[in-house]
Amino acid sequence: MSEKLYPIEVEVNGVQRTAQVPARLTLVDWLREDLRLTGTHVGCEHGICGACSVMLDGEPVRACLMFAFQANGHRVTTVEGLAQPDGSMSVLQDSFCQSHALQCGYCTPGMLIAAQGLLNTNPNPSALQIREAIGGNLCRCTGYQQIVDAVRDAAERLSAQVK
Amino acid sequence: MKSAPFEFVRAASISEACEVLKREGDTVKVVAGGQSLIPMMAMRLVRPALLLDINEIAALKFVAADEDVVRIGACTRQSAVERDEALASRVPLLRQALTWVGHVQTRNRGTIGGSIVHADPCAELPLVAQILGARMVLRGTARARTVAADAFFTGPMMTVTDPNECLEEVHWPVWGERRAGSAFAEISIRHGDFAMVCAAAQLALGDDGRCVRAAFGLGGVGQTPLAFPRLAQRLVGTRIEDEAVKSVAHDAAAESGPGSDLFATAAYRRHLAGVLAARVIRAAHEQARTKA
Repeated sequence: MSEKLYPIEVEVNGVQRTAQVPARLTLVDWLREDLRLTGTHVGCEHGICGACSVMLDGEPVRACLMFAFQANGHRVTTVEGLAQPDGSMSVLQDSFCQSHALQCGYCTPGMLIAAQGLLNTNPNPSALQIREAIGGNLCRCTGYQQIVDAVRDAAERLSAQVK
Repeated sequence: MKSAPFEFVRAASISEACEVLKREGDTVKVVAGGQSLIPMMAMRLVRPALLLDINEIAALKFVAADEDVVRIGACTRQSAVERDEALASRVPLLRQALTWVGHVQTRNRGTIGGSIVHADPCAELPLVAQILGARMVLRGTARARTVAADAFFTGPMMTVTDPNECLEEVHWPVWGERRAGSAFAEISIRHGDFAMVCAAAQLALGDDGRCVRAAFGLGGVGQTPLAFPRLAQRLVGTRIEDEAVKSVAHDAAAESGPGSDLFATAAYRRHLAGVLAARVIRAAHEQARTKA
C-alpha cells in the first residue's frame, strides 16, 4: 500500500522548491535525500545531537523534529545557504577553518547554523552566550573550545567589516 | 527512527481543529512545536493515525497583558516568550524557567501550550503553571472551559483535556506586589536534558521585610509537578529566616514522591528536592529584598 502524498512548496536557500511528500518524511530527510542537500547531517534523529540544525524563517531549528510538510509555505536555510553566492565560504565558515574548529566535521553544519543564528541577533556575543547558543549541538572531536574561539573570531571580523 | 505512516491535516482555525478532533476521536494527535511528540513518534512510542497540525493558526500565537493576568496563546513559541521584555517583568518565572527548557533550536519551535499539555512531570513550564496557579482554556466544539493547574495535571503525561478538546490559551497570574522575587533551579545530567529535579519559588515582601505571599514547588519528584501551598503559607509573616527556609524545604522533600531510575535513586532525588527548594526560596527572597 503506497502512502498518501502531500504537495508542498518551500523556499530552500532562496530557491522555490515544490514536491509531493509522505506525511512522515522529516524535513532533514527531504533536504538530503530528495533535494540532495547533504550538507545538513543526520545524527540521532530525535532532537539531541543538533547535527541536523537548519534555519526556518531565519531561526535555527532541528530538521529531524519537523516533518517536511510542516515547512510548507516557509523559508529554509541550510549550511549550503550560508556560503557566498560564488560558493566561497562565509566569514563564519572561514573562522571555523582558521581556528581549527572541526575535525571529523560531522557536527559542523549544525554548529555553523547555531552560531550564525546567534550572530544574526547578537553581533558581539560573550563566550558564555556562544556556549549557550551551541549548547544543543554535540561535538565529539574538538572539546568545543576552538568552536567558541571561531565564533568570537567571526564576530570580531564581521563587526570590523561593518565599521 | 522513522515514524510509522500517518495522515496529516493542517487546521486553519481552532474551530476547524476541534471539528477534526471530534470527528476522528483519539486516533488523532495534535502537533504544535512537536519537540516532544516527534521524537516519541520516531521511537514509535506514539503512532497516531492522523496528525493535526495547529502551527499555522495565527490566533493561537499571542501574548496579551491584562491587569492581573498575562494570557498566552497555546501555539506561541517558547523563544518568543523568552525574548518578551514586558512579560519578563510581569511573570519573571517564565523566562527563568525557559532558559532550562531544551536548547535554542528546540525553543524556536517548541510552544508554551505544547509543553503544558504534554504534562511531563519533570518539565519546567508545568511546574511554573502549578506554583502560580495558571489557568488553562480548553476549547471543544460546543464550548470552552477553564481549568486551574491543580485540577489540570492528573498524572505523568496526563491532563483533564478531553480527546475532543484543544488547549487554546494559558492564563498566568501576575503578582502586583512591588517587592516580589522569583527563582528557578534545576539539576540535570547535562544542561538542556530532562530535569532530574527542578524547583521554582516566588515570594513577595511587605515594606517591613516580612513575607506577605509565597509559592514554591518541585518537578521530577512526583506524578505531576508539585506545589506546596500549605508549606509556603508557613513562610508568610516571617522574614524568611534560614531556619524557616530549611524547615519548609525539608518538609517539601519529605512530602514528595520521587522514583528511581538509571540516573538517580529516589533517595538522591529527595535529597536534591530539599536542597533545590531551599535554594530557590533563598534566591527569590534575595531578589525581593533588594527591591526598594
